[in-house]
Amino acid sequence: MTDIPTGVVTRGEPVEMLLNMGPQHPSTHGVFRMVLWVDGEKVTDVEPHIGYLHRGSEKLCEGEQFHQVITLFDRMDYLANFNNELVYCAAVEKLMGLTVPERAEYVRVILCELNRIASHLLFVATMGLDAGAMTPSMICFRGRERVQSLFEAVSGARMMHNYFRIGGLKEDLPDNFEEMVGELMPLLQADIEEADKLLTFNEIFLARLKGVAAISVEDALDFGLTGPCLRACGVDYDLRKADPYSVYDRFEFNVPTGLDGDCWDRHFVRVQEMYESMKIVEQALVQMPKGNVTSSLGRRLPRPPKGEVYVRAENPRGEIGVYLVCDGTDKPYRLKVRPPSFCNLSAIKHLLKDTWIADTVVVLGSLDIVLGEVDR
Amino acid sequence: MINSIKGLLLTLVSTMNGLRSPVTRQYPEKGTLWKREEAPTPVQDRFMGFPALTWDGEVDEPFCTSCMVCIRHCPTQCMTSTMKDNPLQQEGKSTRRKIVDSFEINLNRCILCGICVEVCNFDAIVMSHEHEMSTFQRNGDRVNLPVLLEIGTKFQRETGWIPPTKRAKPEPEAAPAVAGDGDTEGSESSS
Repeated sequence: MTDIPTGVVTRGEPVEMLLNMGPQHPSTHGVFRMVLWVDGEKVTDVEPHIGYLHRGSEKLCEGEQFHQVITLFDRMDYLANFNNELVYCAAVEKLMGLTVPERAEYVRVILCELNRIASHLLFVATMGLDAGAMTPSMICFRGRERVQSLFEAVSGARMMHNYFRIGGLKEDLPDNFEEMVGELMPLLQADIEEADKLLTFNEIFLARLKGVAAISVEDALDFGLTGPCLRACGVDYDLRKADPYSVYDRFEFNVPTGLDGDCWDRHFVRVQEMYESMKIVEQALVQMPKGNVTSSLGRRLPRPPKGEVYVRAENPRGEIGVYLVCDGTDKPYRLKVRPPSFCNLSAIKHLLKDTWIADTVVVLGSLDIVLGEVDR
Repeated sequence: MINSIKGLLLTLVSTMNGLRSPVTRQYPEKGTLWKREEAPTPVQDRFMGFPALTWDGEVDEPFCTSCMVCIRHCPTQCMTSTMKDNPLQQEGKSTRRKIVDSFEINLNRCILCGICVEVCNFDAIVMSHEHEMSTFQRNGDRVNLPVLLEIGTKFQRETGWIPPTKRAKPEPEAAPAVAGDGDTEGSESSS
């Protein structure tokens, strides 16, 4: 790490100021620190500093047995717990050659899509807050709370569920699950619509976000952006369509894309994705068969054979990849996660160059980073 | 200009919608703004609160035999326990040869994952509905056997708990997990 001089530094003319943003800044969405070089109100350079939430999750995974690692994956991207559990379980299942019961796959898809909605709702809420709109955040949090109450009824916890198992699920859904989802969906639809109506085409919001920190397709691909950040540039790339995992190839849904790749597009893509996720949930509820959901392993511990595997999936933030090396014991030999937030965050230096200092918060917010996943 | 007025109307409609009824409430209280009543926040049936030990009312002893399965499987190593010969078994009242002597859980360390409940062969541990246990001491939530049994029996009483192995099995093809059916495969782990 290079030494960063403190105070005022001069770089010829004109005078540049060094501004420290974070790690305790409320708008950095966690403990994230940016050092901004500013020339008046213009940002000339930025140096991101990460690692304040580093817990060594990947190393910790090597000390835990395969069924215990799920609890660590819950805590990486803590806004999309089910999606994280899914990708880890899929990795071990692929290595062991396990088939997941049909019903369990559908339950996983339903819960993952609901979690995507919850995560995007939080994004819309914080995006509004970053741009100065208070009301949509209340509405979004109300919607997210409804989803989380459902999660509590299903898994017993609002956030750290530990509900997916290698080869299946912990237990079947509660008996009244379909009624609960049936009650939830119209309320959620209303919440999303209201927040969408208040925020997306609001004139002030448009003025704040349209054309801010646009990124071209080539740059986005070079930086390895995935998920809504890439789709905002107009690239039709969604792993649920491009490389369908689980049972995603059985559902009809669109992949919304943006046009310019600016902050507003990144917002709008996510808003549209919520509607698409609701479509998937509704279809999955209709198609879901009856039957067993628990793993064929029974009460035995998973013990994959020697080998390595890479599995990727579409998280709310982008493509998450799990690279798992096993040496035949009951613990992973090495586990590497490709976190979408981390790769998306790598573009911050490019995005923030020559923007106004007032826009830094919005640009950072539009990437939708989760520091638990960036630092791991 | 017209757009601005439209936007104002939109927010006005939203405000009027919001005026109908409050969606938030003060944490430990419920009821309306005029009539407040203190009540703990209701939780769902499957809610996973802090783990606790259950009490076998038929024999009047804990279910737990201190077999250490939950302790081995705990991701955070938050539990310890010791075992003793069961005096009731010598009197012929109980079928358990060994019984728990002491049991300690550091609830501050527990991550409420529920793995201990899943691996238990004796229905001895449950995720109770207890979740409001803040203390002012750093080790204030290191709970011992009497406290765990107290929380557990409260949970049993309030929810009408039936031991999982005695519940009716809806799926006949599922392999029945019989109590005392040996250990799970974790016993041969090298740890």
